Amino acid sequence: MKRRKDTTPYTRLTEPLVRDSGVLRPATWEEALDRAAAGFRRTLDTKGPEGFGMFSCARSTNEMNYVAQKFTRAVMGTNNVDSCNRTCHAPSVAGLARVFDSGGGTSSYAEIEDSDVIVIWGGNPREAHPIFFQHVLKAVHKGAKLFVVDPRQTSTAKWAHRQLQLEVGTDIPLANAIAREIIHSGLANTTFIERATEGYEEFAASVEPWTLEVAEQVTKVPAELIKELAHTYARADRGQMSWTLGITEHHNGTDNVLSLINLSLLAGQVGRYGAGLNPLRGQNNVQGGGDMGAIPDRMPGFQDILDPAVRAKFDEAWGSHIPPYKGKNLTQMLEAMEDGLITCVYVIGENPVQSEADCEHTIKRLSNIEHLVVQDIFLTKTAQLADVVLPASAAWCESDGTFTNSERRVQRVRKAVNPPAGARDDIEVISELARRLGHDWHYSGDDGREVWDELRSLSPIHTGMSYERLEELGGIQWPCYSEDTLEPSFLHARLWAEDPAERGRPAPFTVLRHSPPVDVLDDEFPLRLTTGRRLDSYNTGVQSGGFPSPRRRGETLDLCSADAAQLGVVEDEMVQISSRRGAIVAPVRIDEGLRPGLAFMTFHFPDEVDVNVITIEATDPVAGTAEYKAAAIRVDKLSSGGPGGLAPRLGSGARPQKTQFDAVAG
Amino acid sequence: MTIVELGLPKRLVEFTVDGQAVSVPEGATILDACSAVGKEIPTLCYGDTLKPANACRVCMVEVEGSRTLVPSCSRKAEPGMVVHTDSERTRTSRKVVLELLGSATDLSTTPGVAEWMAEAGADPERFGPPAPPSDDRDDALPGEHEPVDGLTAATVRQPVKVDNALYVRDYGKCILCYKCVDACGDQWQNSFAISVAGRGFGARISTEFSTPLPDSACVYCGNCVEVCPTGALSFKAEHDKREDGTWDESAQTETTTVCTFCGVGCNLTLHVQDNEIVKVTSPHDSSVTHGNLCIKGRFGWQHVQNT
Repeated sequence: MKRRKDTTPYTRLTEPLVRDSGVLRPATWEEALDRAAAGFRRTLDTKGPEGFGMFSCARSTNEMNYVAQKFTRAVMGTNNVDSCNRTCHAPSVAGLARVFDSGGGTSSYAEIEDSDVIVIWGGNPREAHPIFFQHVLKAVHKGAKLFVVDPRQTSTAKWAHRQLQLEVGTDIPLANAIAREIIHSGLANTTFIERATEGYEEFAASVEPWTLEVAEQVTKVPAELIKELAHTYARADRGQMSWTLGITEHHNGTDNVLSLINLSLLAGQVGRYGAGLNPLRGQNNVQGGGDMGAIPDRMPGFQDILDPAVRAKFDEAWGSHIPPYKGKNLTQMLEAMEDGLITCVYVIGENPVQSEADCEHTIKRLSNIEHLVVQDIFLTKTAQLADVVLPASAAWCESDGTFTNSERRVQRVRKAVNPPAGARDDIEVISELARRLGHDWHYSGDDGREVWDELRSLSPIHTGMSYERLEELGGIQWPCYSEDTLEPSFLHARLWAEDPAERGRPAPFTVLRHSPPVDVLDDEFPLRLTTGRRLDSYNTGVQSGGFPSPRRRGETLDLCSADAAQLGVVEDEMVQISSRRGAIVAPVRIDEGLRPGLAFMTFHFPDEVDVNVITIEATDPVAGTAEYKAAAIRVDKLSSGGPGGLAPRLGSGARPQKTQFDAVAG
Repeated sequence: MTIVELGLPKRLVEFTVDGQAVSVPEGATILDACSAVGKEIPTLCYGDTLKPANACRVCMVEVEGSRTLVPSCSRKAEPGMVVHTDSERTRTSRKVVLELLGSATDLSTTPGVAEWMAEAGADPERFGPPAPPSDDRDDALPGEHEPVDGLTAATVRQPVKVDNALYVRDYGKCILCYKCVDACGDQWQNSFAISVAGRGFGARISTEFSTPLPDSACVYCGNCVEVCPTGALSFKAEHDKREDGTWDESAQTETTTVCTFCGVGCNLTLHVQDNEIVKVTSPHDSSVTHGNLCIKGRFGWQHVQNT
């Protein structure tokens, strides 16, 4: 059943564009680079370094991310650099780093196959991470027990031995109840807790109110299922806890992550082969982007920006003066644009206009600034707002470098095709801009090796990873401190060491409070909307829209048949979906995997149905990630004749306001 | 602390192949041993990422003391075994097997098979001219057989199935090696979209009730195409280029990189012809993919060449 009309896929950008009198027109590379650099210089002169912000690219190579954050810190003199990790797994990084001083998943895919209990919480890897799920299924076929915690009965959940279909936004009550059950059943790993953790007493006291009965009331998960997960996970020899955006895309995403970490500490399910904590990263190099320092609070190699010795090392290597304080994250940068504090933004390969929650607001903010430079392979909705557009090459097949995956494995990316004439390599472009601003880095440009070797000399966890060695070993997981050693495939073995000095800083338990979704349900907006991915599409669809998928069916509003009956709507009927922020129109699809009161949409077809018009921008105070997973909506039958009949106050999708883009020749 | 995983220690098994002493780790097959000493054994159904299916019978070798020939792809090496890969029995067996496969199946896109035929002196034509393609092969019920008149060689020929934008199924080229079924089933993909239907010569690979792929459980991961040894399953882009005569493997480069979609980090091998990606495979020795991909990794490359 295909409903999607054939929309024209995006075509590659092949010449730079500059804005004159409000209109983008083709330009030479010289002119475009000069314009871009002049705008950056003007910002430095008028606003100072903090007037600049960089949106780096989680899709591009480690090498490009290293150079982008170096540009931000060494050329512009600010730490305002971030990427779309903010819209997905920043809470995972924040939570893991707070407890273990390291923001990576702790296990390897191969270990998952040898686990005996696997908990997948707030994730649908069968569709969103299919090859990871093959490793899970290997374990299942070998006898491992799979628990899936998700409000929807997903295709992942269909493989589960037990599914805990919780109410959206009740992850902390559920985790706390599991914790209490583990403690009361005497299944807590007391030896591990005493040796390797701290804060257990306060934590144990804090979960005391969360009896199975109370948790059942709040989460809607039957008490016996909560008990079974608690007992099975705590008794497992090798227990895995894995999650994705169902945990992180909440206004309290970091707390959600910490609630899962608490369970692993309680059961001693971390720091051993096959036992660990694994956020499944959503983008090819979102792990690497953060590892390379394209985040506002960490230098490359996850080194603390507040440590004077770390800054001194980089300042010496780069001849820079890195500010001794954290920069703004993506969410804060967007706010600073609205407040006029940031007036100049360099966006590389990101599409915040369509990927940020409440996108009308994002458009307003990006339209508000003085100088917007966008470097991309397509003229995205974000690029259409830019003052200068720079056509880039596609990192994964048109450049040499490395990506880092969800198991911390750094793997070689190789140039297989030449970019279309007119497009240039990201590193070359950034270096050209740096040169115009007085920093000549002399990177040769066509091979990431020079950049990578510079990174290796400054980041201890990458030092042992020469290109030759990455090639020979099929990728290497960090940390890798020297060229003649390899570390275990899992992190934090130190926590199990006999010697307290070797154990290092104890891992803290965190006391967590239940905080329901910000967008409350009421009579006007009685349905809960949650969002996610489908197998054959990807994020805003700019890339995955380019191939003909037999399974693609376009955007739908998924409802269970009971809700549809109550609303008096049928499959394929176009309906209006509104939230407190706006309204959109989409066809209904019946999905019996949903419970009454719960609706589901993707965000893959923003050009047709812009779901982020109705999602909420409430953000996690620690990590800045928005609550895409929990909006309050109402669904109305269309009175007559489709979207034209909508009330005028309602947004009708992303429409860039600043641009009248003239079709570029060719 | 540095840990290098060594795995469990394995004993070595010593035996002889064609008079040559070989030793391989316990659990290795005769085929593994032959590869290790540089002796090429032809095989079609062997898959380096799959459990042996023992289906094609091309790799049969003689083991002294064994009543029948044994499939080298699945028979494990035993101490003191005496193996002959090039005896009169193995040569005759291989010749007849190749003739039967070649007479019933279109092997024109099967790599290596022409050389094996020449070497074995196989003559698939000797059973007569091939019977015409059958339009109703998929409808055959188990046990149903058309009487044969002996004038033509029975074949599995049937029209090419083009029912979606990504795969083409040309079952006239199918040797029923089971590799696609195993890749789609519990060995890797766990989608179970295809299986073997029918019995005997009427057996064929089929979706449930032989529905078109878009109505089946298929998720278009392409992992069946990845393991197909004969080109019975192919990507539409390749099929179309072969049809219009522009497919040129000698002009293609293969470059392994990493997928641009989710964060799992799947290795992709891009097959490039004239600066255009024409096919995507995955290295079978990748610890991430073991040769498997999803629809986005396998087909999601078109956006870079939309100009």
